[in-house]
Amino acid sequence: MAEPLVEPHVLDYPGGYTRSVGPVIGRFLTGLRDGRIEAVRLADGRVLVPPTEYDPSTSAPVAADGAHWIEVGPRGTVQTFTWVAQPRAGKHGLTKPFAFALIRPDGADTALLHMVDCASADGIRVGSRVAPRWRAERTGHITDIEAWIPLGDGEEPEPAPLHVPAEEEQPVTGITSPSRLEYRLTAGQATARYLEGLGEGKIIGGRAPSSSDVYAASRGTDPITGDATSIEVEVQDSGVITTFCVVNIPGLSELAPEVPFVSAQILLDGANNTFFGLIRGADVDEVHMGMRVKAKWADELKPDHTSILWWEPSGEPDEEYDRYKDYL
Amino acid sequence: MRDVAVISFVQSAVARDFEHNEVEMLVPTLHAAIAESGIAKNDLGFVCSGSLDYLQGGPFAFVSGLDAVGCWPPMRESHVEMDSAWALYEAWVAIQTGEVDSALVYGFGKSSPGDLHEMMTLQYDPYYVAPLWPSMVDVAALQARAYLEASGRDEEEFAEVAARAQRNGRSNPYAVRAGDVSAKDVLAQPRTHDPLRDADIAPITDGTAAVVLAAGDLARSVCERPAWIRGIEHRIEAHGLGVRDLATSESTKLAATAAGVANGRVDIAELHAQFSHEELMLAEALGLNGSTTINPSGGPLASNPVMSAGLIRIGEVARRITSGDAQRGVAHATSGPCLQQNLVCVLEGDS
Repeated sequence: MAEPLVEPHVLDYPGGYTRSVGPVIGRFLTGLRDGRIEAVRLADGRVLVPPTEYDPSTSAPVAADGAHWIEVGPRGTVQTFTWVAQPRAGKHGLTKPFAFALIRPDGADTALLHMVDCASADGIRVGSRVAPRWRAERTGHITDIEAWIPLGDGEEPEPAPLHVPAEEEQPVTGITSPSRLEYRLTAGQATARYLEGLGEGKIIGGRAPSSSDVYAASRGTDPITGDATSIEVEVQDSGVITTFCVVNIPGLSELAPEVPFVSAQILLDGANNTFFGLIRGADVDEVHMGMRVKAKWADELKPDHTSILWWEPSGEPDEEYDRYKDYL
Repeated sequence: MRDVAVISFVQSAVARDFEHNEVEMLVPTLHAAIAESGIAKNDLGFVCSGSLDYLQGGPFAFVSGLDAVGCWPPMRESHVEMDSAWALYEAWVAIQTGEVDSALVYGFGKSSPGDLHEMMTLQYDPYYVAPLWPSMVDVAALQARAYLEASGRDEEEFAEVAARAQRNGRSNPYAVRAGDVSAKDVLAQPRTHDPLRDADIAPITDGTAAVVLAAGDLARSVCERPAWIRGIEHRIEAHGLGVRDLATSESTKLAATAAGVANGRVDIAELHAQFSHEELMLAEALGLNGSTTINPSGGPLASNPVMSAGLIRIGEVARRITSGDAQRGVAHATSGPCLQQNLVCVLEGDS
């Protein structure tokens, strides 16, 4: 058996994931920007922080304006906590160990989750009094409070550094939050064998013992029966265009050729499924269903999709429609 | 209500499957579950799965999962982005409509390729909580401490749960963490997520599960002792962690009442507790007492294939009923942070 093929993969939203926040959350975040913690008094008298667009018990709407908006904190009490001995790089706002805690600001009946920056795990307990350490530069984001810090008896919280509004500053309507997850993905047996084949200048498919159908670039099963494609079959690097599209939009990817170009589904000789490929070597107006094509391999073969540069006309006569009508 | 039973259950689990992709991992489980059911694949009325795109780091995990079913001719199919116990609930509802008499339910997922605990941050409130990146274990630890404070229990009781899970895991071929472990051994370990220790936290597991459901006479015709679903309900609590009483599981209590847990003796309970304290909280909320054997399989603390672990709880109870080892049992599944949503299923054999 070949070595398992495991490759890094990143799921990332470059620049961060952008969200609209709506008027209620927007008002709370605008308050943070100004150095205030705003809450709402619900119909049953409970004070909810951070506020949501609805009463969490009754789902009644919460209006974005009105006398039910009150300021709470800045002092607060730790309801529960856990110690983070190893902060996550690129995720956590603090680079030294800290506590995550649910903190109930004075005047509120609910708690918000945030970080508490204290010297050690011994520096926090349920009931600890804390206050925000505000960032100097605030944008209207939950991280405008850098962390909460322990507050000694009789000690006054540090006021938020003054926020100097930008010209024509508006209430907060959106946030951007980084989101990045890293993986080490396993290709699986069938895909790994297919990729290895590309590195050897071959297109490897598979079929299940229960069927004569061969699948090029199989994911490991016959999708009709669900049976494992346990029998390896090499298919040809030639075939017939079943359908195609002329791409006129530039810049779809870094790998895409200059427009216009043709991408096509190709029924490979020896396979029972179609295979995606770029068509070169013919004017876009000449490309048609039934056209015979063959693979143009790269000079340097690698076990990935770069080994096949594109597909080009083979010069053979067109295939009859009957040959590929079941693959459209 | 139509009588609906679990007539087949198959699972797979390993700590890390380097060799297979999710579809390849799923094929043997599905084929075995269908074969065990005695119903031909194309006679199954409905197919429903549970999976999570974030586990594979790309969209539409369930679409590729269908390649393992083989859906030609086309099938009635649905999917939940939740533990597959909720797919079973949907299949049970589909059978209740009378439109179909049987269903294949399955779950699959690999927790090992990414950082599961970090990934689960993306299910939190995206405005107030997710930007701070508390992990799945961090928020569980917040609940654990809230529970310790309110209940008067102590970490030794957590350790007893964690140790029993590993001991029970020794007789479960799908356990990825098992051993002759005592509470004292667990307490000797450092707290990694104060007040939780590694043994209090479900192990990373790759795996799959499949169940076949069938109604009334069909179930009786293919299964000698069907595990009948006597009640199944789920309830959800508020999204905000700071508005809930984290020390109790109100949604489990409500689901348990609606499902009729207290209407008879409970021989066994399989609880989807991914942390030691959750098992204690759930047993309380379900009203279980000393006469119930809890998590004889070892539960998620011994094997936790995400998206299948809740369905496995139903399967573990069902197979003990079918084998005659139990007469009546309770299965529980959870979804969301800190036991936000809970499903309770009461299963019983013919007496």
